[in-house]
Amino acid sequence: MNRPEGPNSFPRADRAAVNPSYRLYHPKWYRERYPIFWWLERFAYGKFITRELTSLAVGYAAVLLMFEIWVLSEGQQAYTRFQELLVSPPVLIFHGVGLLFLLFHSVTWLNLAPKALVVHLGRKRIPDAAVLFGHYAAWLVATALVVWYLVGR
Amino acid sequence: MADSITLQIQRYRPEEEDEPVWQSFEVPRRDEWMVLDGLNYIKDNLDGSLSYRWACRMGVCGSCGMVVNGEPVLTCATYLSELGPGPVRIEPLKGFPVVRDLVGDIQDFIDKLASVKPWIIRDEEQPLSEGEYLQTPEELAEYKQHSMCINCMLCYSACPIYALEPDFIGPAAIALAQRYNLDSRDQGAAQRMEVLSQHEGIWCCTFVGECSVVCPKNVDPAAAIQRYKVKATAEWFKSLLMPWSKR
Repeated sequence: MNRPEGPNSFPRADRAAVNPSYRLYHPKWYRERYPIFWWLERFAYGKFITRELTSLAVGYAAVLLMFEIWVLSEGQQAYTRFQELLVSPPVLIFHGVGLLFLLFHSVTWLNLAPKALVVHLGRKRIPDAAVLFGHYAAWLVATALVVWYLVGR
Repeated sequence: MADSITLQIQRYRPEEEDEPVWQSFEVPRRDEWMVLDGLNYIKDNLDGSLSYRWACRMGVCGSCGMVVNGEPVLTCATYLSELGPGPVRIEPLKGFPVVRDLVGDIQDFIDKLASVKPWIIRDEEQPLSEGEYLQTPEELAEYKQHSMCINCMLCYSACPIYALEPDFIGPAAIALAQRYNLDSRDQGAAQRMEVLSQHEGIWCCTFVGECSVVCPKNVDPAAAIQRYKVKATAEWFKSLLMPWSKR
């Protein structure tokens, strides 16, 4: 095909191929910088960040339990000292706040379970509410077992 | 009720401005008007240079997604009268480079959508003489919700991860991949998994969940992603325990 003469005679698509930085019809985009405090822009974003951060409380509770078992293996005296530390007011306040974080994380995490789990019974799909109820029921049963062991032994 | 309302519109004219500016327009406030009607009024009567996308005007084409008062919405499905006395702030969708005014460059989404092969893949097509690939109502129900996606990209605008991690494939593309993975006629799940199981695929998602909240068609991309995470994890365990088994 013969091209007409002149500086702008080169087809635009070909110009883009020759110079990758040239974008058809769009000389200059505006790219918005995402703000550092993006998680304050919507309530849901703040709730998400809180859910993620409170997972630290879950990790802390697990580490504390393992540490307590290790202290137990160190003998009665060490364990008594550790228990005295646990009931001191600053530690009680710290653990009280930690418990609130842990509960917030647990509830928000369990509430998301039906989004991730699709359970079928035969050819029928179990409703999301039933999946959610199953999770809370399992949590309650596990808690009841621990309470029964601690109180009833 | 006032008979006019102020629309504050983010303008970006690359030949005039280095960054967007706000411009206010007074438009009639009518009960039956959507935000898009207000924009069309400006275009027709006040400033013909205002640029934005729209097509069907009935919530089907997915072209007119914008951020209105901070919420990603379809402007053809959002009543002006429901937005209070005003002013109403209208911005382009977040996460996409702005080409002009309310028009974003959506090429990134188009490329990512194509990368997950959103079509039915068959190992071998059955001959036409054997008829259609039949499905039961239960098989249809498995994927129908995800098939309602209209590619409006509101979910990308609501997703902070997409804005922070530009390589993230994103909610709609993953939901549409799941739409085909769950289709009983499809045999391309393994091909899609190569893309989806990457970090830029499902694992970038931290489950903020706003993609599903803003979705105008109840596609629930957040659920699609989390369910695919469960599937990918199960497949990984399977390949670990039974390396000889075929994916």
